[in-house]
Amino acid sequence: MNTELLARPRPETPSELAVWDLAATVVDPEVPVLTIEDLGVLRRVAIEGSTVVVDITPTYSGCPAVDAIRDDVVAVLGAAGYGNVVVRTVLAPAWTTDWMSEAGRAKLEDYGIAAPVSRGTGGTVNLGLGIRCPHCGSMHTRELSRFGSTSCKALYVCQRCQEPFDYFKEH
Amino acid sequence: MNHSNHVVSSAITAESIADSSVVAPETVAQYALGLGDDALVLAHRLGEWIANAPELEEDVAIGNIGLDLLGHARSLLTYAGTAWDRSEDDLAYFRDEPEFRSRQLFEQPNGDFAVTIARQLIASVYFAELYRALAASDDPTLAAIAAKAVKEVDYHVDHSLQWLRRLGLGTELSHERMQRGLDIMWPFADELFQPDPFAAELEGIAVDSTRLREAFDALVPRLIVDAGLEVPTGAPAQGGGRLGRHSEALGPMLAEMQVLARAHPGAIW
Repeated sequence: MNTELLARPRPETPSELAVWDLAATVVDPEVPVLTIEDLGVLRRVAIEGSTVVVDITPTYSGCPAVDAIRDDVVAVLGAAGYGNVVVRTVLAPAWTTDWMSEAGRAKLEDYGIAAPVSRGTGGTVNLGLGIRCPHCGSMHTRELSRFGSTSCKALYVCQRCQEPFDYFKEH
Repeated sequence: MNHSNHVVSSAITAESIADSSVVAPETVAQYALGLGDDALVLAHRLGEWIANAPELEEDVAIGNIGLDLLGHARSLLTYAGTAWDRSEDDLAYFRDEPEFRSRQLFEQPNGDFAVTIARQLIASVYFAELYRALAASDDPTLAAIAAKAVKEVDYHVDHSLQWLRRLGLGTELSHERMQRGLDIMWPFADELFQPDPFAAELEGIAVDSTRLREAFDALVPRLIVDAGLEVPTGAPAQGGGRLGRHSEALGPMLAEMQVLARAHPGAIW
C-alpha cells in the first residue's frame, strides 16, 4: 500500500477536509517544528451528526504528549467554532516513523534533530548506513544513548564537529 | 472507496476505550488485568531508579522504559476495566495486594543496578515473545495493544543485553555483581511460563505462556554465556502471582504507589 496514503488519510468531503486542515496545524509539544500531520499522528477526521470526531495515535504507548495534543486539537477547533469535539486515541494500525512526511523530515533536520531512517514498511530496504549529523552533515557519528530526552529520540554525538544531537529513532 | 480510510476506520480505540462502546468479555478482562498488572508493577519499580541511576543517560533510559511499560499498563487496565465499569486509576490505586495479579518477578526490589538489569533481561525477552504472539490475538483490542508494545520492548531487550555484556565482560567486580543479579532473579523466571489461569478458556485470544518458554530457553542462556556468565541453577520460586500470592516486596511498593491517590481520592494534577 502507498505509505503516504496510510500516513495521511485525508478525508474526502469538503467539510471534513476543513476540520482536518485545522487539526493539522497542531504541533507536537516536544518537537514543535512538526505538526501532527507531519508525524502521521493525525489519523482520521469525521463529522458524525453534530459531533466532530478526531482520531490521533500515540507515537509510543506511554507518550505523555498525547494529552497535550488532545487538548490542543479541541482548542484549535473550538476557536474555529466547532463546539462538540471528541478526540479519540487509536492504537491500530501501530504508528511508525515511516509515516513522517518529507516536509517534516526536512523541518526536523533544520531544527537540529536527525530524521529517522526508513524501517522499510514502504518497500525499501534500510541498509543501516549510519546517522547523519544534522549540524555538519558528517556520517561519522556515534550513539551515546539509545534513550534520549523523549521516548522517540536517541542521543548521538558527531565525531567530526563534536556536537551532540538528538536522533528521532526509527520505530 | 478510499482504501486508506477503510484501514483507519477499522482502528481500535484502546487508551480512550472508556469513551467507546468496546467492552471486554469477563474472561478477557481477567486475562488483561494480569498482563496490565505485570506492566504496571515493573513500571513503578523502574521509576524508583529516576535520579538514582549510575549515570544521567541511565536515568533517562530506565525512565523511558518504565514509561513504555506504563503505557502498556494503561491500555491493558483500561480495557480490563470496561468489563467492570472501573477506570485504569481505580484498578491501579484502589486494589489491595491480594487483588494484584502480577507475577512475582516484576515486584522484586531493584537491588543494585546489576540486579535490575538481570530482572530487565528476563522481563524484556518474555514481554517481546508474549507481545509478538499476542499481536495475532483474535481479540482486536489485545492485538492492537500488543502490536504497538512489541516495537517498544525490542528496544528494552537491546538495552538489557548491552548492559549484561558490559557488566559480565567488564571488571571482576562488575562480573561478580552481574552474576549475583542473575542468581537473585533467575528463580522468578519460571513463573512467567506457568499456565495463566484464564488463558485456557481463551484459545485464539490469550497467549499460552507455557509455549513461550522454548524461545526464552533458546535465547537467554546463550546470551548469559556469551557475556561470560553462568546460567543460574537455583530452584524456581513458588510463584502464584496470578492468583494474588505475592512475595513480601509487593506490599510496601503498593503502599508507596497508592498513598497519594488514597489520601486525596479523585484529585487530579
